[in-house]
Amino acid sequence: MTKITFIASSGARIDVDAVDGSTVMEAAIKNAVPGITAECGGACACATCHVYVDEAWTAKTGKPAATEEDMLDFAFDVRPNSRLSCQIKVKPDLDGLVVAIPERQA
Amino acid sequence: MADILKTDVVIVGAGPVGLFAVFELGLLDLKCHLIDILDRPGGQCAELYPEKPIYDIPAWPVISGQDLVVKLMEQIAPFSPTFAYNRMVTSLEKLADGTFRVTTDENEVVEAKVVVIAAGGGSFQPKRPPIAGIEAYEGHSVFYSVRRMEEFRDRDVVIVGGGDSALDWTINLQPIVRSMTLVHRRPDFRAAPDSVKKMFDLVEDGKMRFVVGQVSGLAGDNGALSAVTVKGDKGEETVKADRLLPFFGLTMKLGPIAEWGLNLHENLIPVDTEKFESSTPGIFAIGDINWYPGKLKLILSGFHEGALMAQAAKRVVAPGERIVFQYTTSSTNLQKKLGVAG
Repeated sequence: MTKITFIASSGARIDVDAVDGSTVMEAAIKNAVPGITAECGGACACATCHVYVDEAWTAKTGKPAATEEDMLDFAFDVRPNSRLSCQIKVKPDLDGLVVAIPERQA
Repeated sequence: MADILKTDVVIVGAGPVGLFAVFELGLLDLKCHLIDILDRPGGQCAELYPEKPIYDIPAWPVISGQDLVVKLMEQIAPFSPTFAYNRMVTSLEKLADGTFRVTTDENEVVEAKVVVIAAGGGSFQPKRPPIAGIEAYEGHSVFYSVRRMEEFRDRDVVIVGGGDSALDWTINLQPIVRSMTLVHRRPDFRAAPDSVKKMFDLVEDGKMRFVVGQVSGLAGDNGALSAVTVKGDKGEETVKADRLLPFFGLTMKLGPIAEWGLNLHENLIPVDTEKFESSTPGIFAIGDINWYPGKLKLILSGFHEGALMAQAAKRVVAPGERIVFQYTTSSTNLQKKLGVAG
């Protein structure tokens, strides 16, 4: 299990245990974290699981792939640390990961 | 009123479940007309995940969304269904003789004894970018598609997006507008490289501007836009604009189905599990759009629902006619319909 902290747009912190090999989006949905819609169910085909990766973690989560960048075009208020949470695989390396949820999903 | 098309069954939605319903209805000699908001068959398989592998279609250990659609189209070809694409069904009414009249947003009218709603998650509609107050400008200054190019003549036009729609309209509208600005959040584009090159050539020639950034605000009053604020790496910029075309992709909305009196349950159509009929006799609902205890939103479940629905639909179209249950493996009659009889 890997600990992930979601920070809601209200500032509330939600800590969840995520299964290694699953995705950050799946961890959010499984734990009913508000603000992650994931309309397409994780196919990298929408932009409704958009998160901001805490600056301390961007090196470990890596950069979005080209298809993910394409989808981020549809997201609202995209920043350099924007990612689609369905494209971040949970691994022991990410234990303690902090991601913030935007005010609105696309 | 335009000519009325008459058929046995109108299917709302040409996704995998709507397509397979043509097969099951066809075996029972029912002719189908399908209406879909997209410009091609396949629904979510075509729009959301054409290249994604699907692993739970029986007998296909793996198949892509697009291949599934191609195979379904091949499978239903013997029944010659008719299709109306780029259309949204706007109204559904029951006539005195029990026939249903279906009208599209292009004012086409279709009449049939049976309506099958296979609309999945609803219709794909342009996504509204979450810019505060944008609703007030929609239809006057903000448009999500170009229906009439004249609407943009001699206007200060801002187009937002980096896909083919954004680039194509930038290039096509540029010659007639007063000023053209393309706004995209990054210098890379999803659009065809050729269109991107054309756009940069226009910028080079001083015929338009390209701004890297995101639209963060709108200014104007009474639905008349005067400027948009673009937030980029170097801060905010105000761009003069009286027309805005945001291209942010598509999202699924239930749409007019909500107004058809079908006693919706959390935006889904409740049906029974014998006939998959809605609260209105003659209107069936199959696939992701329906709801019943134990419902699973799986393509394979939608196929099953279509098979059972077809039996009930046949009884509506041809009451009193005896339905003989037959197998495609052994029935000469069915094989003739499929064009494979020896």
